[in-house]
Amino acid sequence: MKTKLACKNVYLLNFSRNSTDRVTDKVPVKEKKLMDVKLGELPSWILMRDFTPKGIAGAFQRGYYRYYNKYVNVKRGGVAGISMVLAAYVLFNYCRCYKELKHERLRKYH
Amino acid sequence: MNENLFTSFITPTMVGIPIVLLIIMFPSILFPSPSRLIDNRLVSIQQWLVRLTSKQMLSIHSHKGQTWALMLMSLILFIGSTNLLGLLPHSFTPTTQLSMNLGMAIPLWAGTVATGFRYKTKASLAHFLPQGTPFPLIPMLVIIETISLFIQPVALAVRLTANITAGHLLIHLIGGATLTLTSISTITAFITLTVLVLLTILEFAVALIQAYVFTLLVSLYLHDNT
Repeated sequence: MKTKLACKNVYLLNFSRNSTDRVTDKVPVKEKKLMDVKLGELPSWILMRDFTPKGIAGAFQRGYYRYYNKYVNVKRGGVAGISMVLAAYVLFNYCRCYKELKHERLRKYH
Repeated sequence: MNENLFTSFITPTMVGIPIVLLIIMFPSILFPSPSRLIDNRLVSIQQWLVRLTSKQMLSIHSHKGQTWALMLMSLILFIGSTNLLGLLPHSFTPTTQLSMNLGMAIPLWAGTVATGFRYKTKASLAHFLPQGTPFPLIPMLVIIETISLFIQPVALAVRLTANITAGHLLIHLIGGATLTLTSISTITAFITLTVLVLLTILEFAVALIQAYVFTLLVSLYLHDNT
C-alpha cells in the first residue's frame, strides 16, 4: 500500500505538467540555493550545510569573489567598490566599541 | 575622560573573543592580486604605486640588496595601509602596539646584521670604528658604536609606536575639546580648524612608513654594500 502511494507520488511529480511546479521542486534539498528553499525546509537545509573549516573558508571565498566581481573587477569601477568595504569596516568597529561609546552620549542621565 | 582616552588602544575583543588577528589581516583584502596583463582600476593604481615606490627605493642597492625588494615593498604596503585604516573613526590600529612593532623591527634588523656579517665580515666589523679616530679614544668609541647598533631595532619600533599613538591621542583630545566647546562659539571654529589641520598632517603617517622603510633600508645598505 505504501509503495503504491509512493509510486503514485513519483509518477505525479515526474510526469505531471502543472504550470505552477518549478524545476527546483525536483532538486534535493541539499543542493538548493537559499532563495529556492521552502520555509518548512529551512532548518534541515541549514543543518545540511558544510560547517567544516574547508566549507567555511569556501563560503568566505565565494562571498569575497561575488563582491569583488560585481563592484571592483569591472571595466570602469569607481570609489563605490572600496568605500562600501570601508564603511562596513567602520560600522563593524562601532559595534565593537559600543559598550564604551554609549557612555559618551549627550544625555542628562546615563 | 581619562579612562576612555586609552580604551581605543586595548586589544580588541568582541563578546570575549579576541579579534585582533582579523583586524591585522583586514588590509590584505584591499590589495587584490592581479590576474591579467591589464586589470581593473584598483589593481592598476596599486601596481603603479608599487612600481613607483620600488623603483625609487631600490635604485641605490646592489644586486644583493635588491633581493630584499619583496620584503621591503610588502612592509611598506602593510604599515602604510594599517596606519591609514587607523584614521577611520572607531578603528583599531595594530601599529600602536609596541609588541607588534618590535616583532617587525627586530627580525628585520637582525637579518640585515646577519647578512652583513656573513658576506662581508671584515667590513661589518670595521663599522664599529670610524676612520681617523685618535688612538686613546678607540675603546670608548667601539662601545658607543656597539650601543648605537643595538639601539637601532628599538628605535625603529618605538619611533613607529610613539608617532602613531601620539597622533591618535591628539585627535581624541582635540576632538573632545571641540565638542565640549560647541556651547562656547568662536573658539570652536579655531579648534575645529586645528583638528582638521592635525588630521591632514597625521595623514602623513604614510610619510612615517616611508621613514620606517627608509631607515631599515639605510641599515641594509650599510651592512651589505659598503
